Amino acid sequence: MFPIENIRKDFPILSRKVHGKPLVYLDNGATSQTPIQVIDTIVDYYTNYNANIHRGVHTLSQEATDKYEEARHKIQAHFNAKHAHEIIMTSGTTESINLVAHGFASLLNEGDEVLVSALEHHSNIVPWQMLCEKTGAVLKVIPMNDEGELVMAEYDKLLSDKTKLVFVNHISNAIGTINPIKEIIDKAHKVDAAVLIDGAQACPHVKPDVQALDVDFYVVSAHKMCGPTGVGMLYGKEAWLNKLPPYQGGGEMIAEVTFEKTTYADLPHKFEAGTPNICGGIAFGAAIDYLNTIGFDNIETYEHELLEYATKNLLEIEGLKIYGPSNSALKNKTSVISFNLEGIHPYDVGTILDKLGIAVRTGHHCAQPIMDYFKIPGTVRASFAFYNTKKEVDALVAGVKKAKMMLE
Amino acid sequence: MTIQDIQNDIIDEFSMFDNWEERYQYMIDLGKTLPLIDEQYKTDDHLIKGCQSKVWVHANMENNKVVFTADSDAIITKGVIAILIRVFSNQKPSEIIEANTDFIDEIGLKEHLSPNRANGLVSMIKQLKMYAIAYQTQLN
Repeated sequence: MFPIENIRKDFPILSRKVHGKPLVYLDNGATSQTPIQVIDTIVDYYTNYNANIHRGVHTLSQEATDKYEEARHKIQAHFNAKHAHEIIMTSGTTESINLVAHGFASLLNEGDEVLVSALEHHSNIVPWQMLCEKTGAVLKVIPMNDEGELVMAEYDKLLSDKTKLVFVNHISNAIGTINPIKEIIDKAHKVDAAVLIDGAQACPHVKPDVQALDVDFYVVSAHKMCGPTGVGMLYGKEAWLNKLPPYQGGGEMIAEVTFEKTTYADLPHKFEAGTPNICGGIAFGAAIDYLNTIGFDNIETYEHELLEYATKNLLEIEGLKIYGPSNSALKNKTSVISFNLEGIHPYDVGTILDKLGIAVRTGHHCAQPIMDYFKIPGTVRASFAFYNTKKEVDALVAGVKKAKMMLE
Repeated sequence: MTIQDIQNDIIDEFSMFDNWEERYQYMIDLGKTLPLIDEQYKTDDHLIKGCQSKVWVHANMENNKVVFTADSDAIITKGVIAILIRVFSNQKPSEIIEANTDFIDEIGLKEHLSPNRANGLVSMIKQLKMYAIAYQTQLN
């Protein structure tokens, strides 16, 4: 049995009220809530060993450095990276992507092609558009079908010896599609293209093995996986990270500085200029510990049950349409439901749900191309985490019915 | 009626509602029933793009007063627009420039004017004031 009652006790925020009603938090795709174990880690850091790292001879600095590097090793172990120095600590997914895009500006030539999927978040579109503008490379799009799945036959056609980079999210934030990333990576490697996988939405739900995937770059944000905001990870294969130039100049990233020439530090410090988010990094490690204590197999099974239960009950509401994969037992979909009520604007539904204490996301979810594909202004998105319950799904379904009644 | 009188009327009307549901049902009904803008003005020139909902605004001057019409694709946003138009439309430019929207707090709709909502309403109010400033310049 999944220990849901005990798990919920780990999250103090889940017992608060909103507009006088118990909070039903279904906006986990935007950010996850923080368990007491992670909150305690943050308090412990500022209470007992707050100091700058990698440069002090004093005890506090040594303790902070040890904890920060311990967190890096936890992250390495979690994603099964070959080396700890392949884990670059960043401010989050967006910075990780920009770091790679910046690096590739010196490696791409005019006429090179980069492929991006039709399912991307804006943060995995805009940096590549900027890169293409800078280098003269051409951005091409792997299309999607009505089920919100990538059309792999079209991907095969797009791949050629001109292809240098492929960017795909592991799981779509807007509609929850789990993309066939292993197949995408293997096919890209056959034409010697590098692949970056945006794992921001995947990592709260699954545990990727970067070596088994043979992925070149994998990026995540801690705040989607029970950690704090403002910290994340770029995993890169050692060979690629050595090839890319530094992203930002500053302290910490140098080996030697004179006014004539600076030599850069080794990995990972080459990409970690300035004082990092020390507390955030350590708390990221604590979040990974927490998730692994619950176990990703357990999380996946439980969340899939919630997804099936919510899908079945929402679809009983007349005029409700769900966007995204709906095939065989929702096998390639994570616990995200993006939907609309016929003839009703998603913003209106979200507003009424908020009044009932239910937090969902409405709008285009920073994925306008997907909304354009379906010719809709946006959707209502309920995204579930392992600490949500069937009772909360019931509250959502009742809330949507009420919104429909008021708005129709 | 002055802007202040209209605002006071609205506050009185809203004080009769017992709970949020009645307030929202009233706004939804306002949003549904009012034809707010002539279809010809629902163009990109008149569009304020919010992340969440779209808002269209049109203004013209009649007898030295500014007449606003506006619309939205979301019904609750449209309801709030109906209230704002009732306050701001058919007033002298100088009075529109001077007016504030504090009454929105008093009728329990404050959250709709929060930038976090990204529903276009904050930009819409700025736009109403800009029109008023432009027309005031003409009068001077």
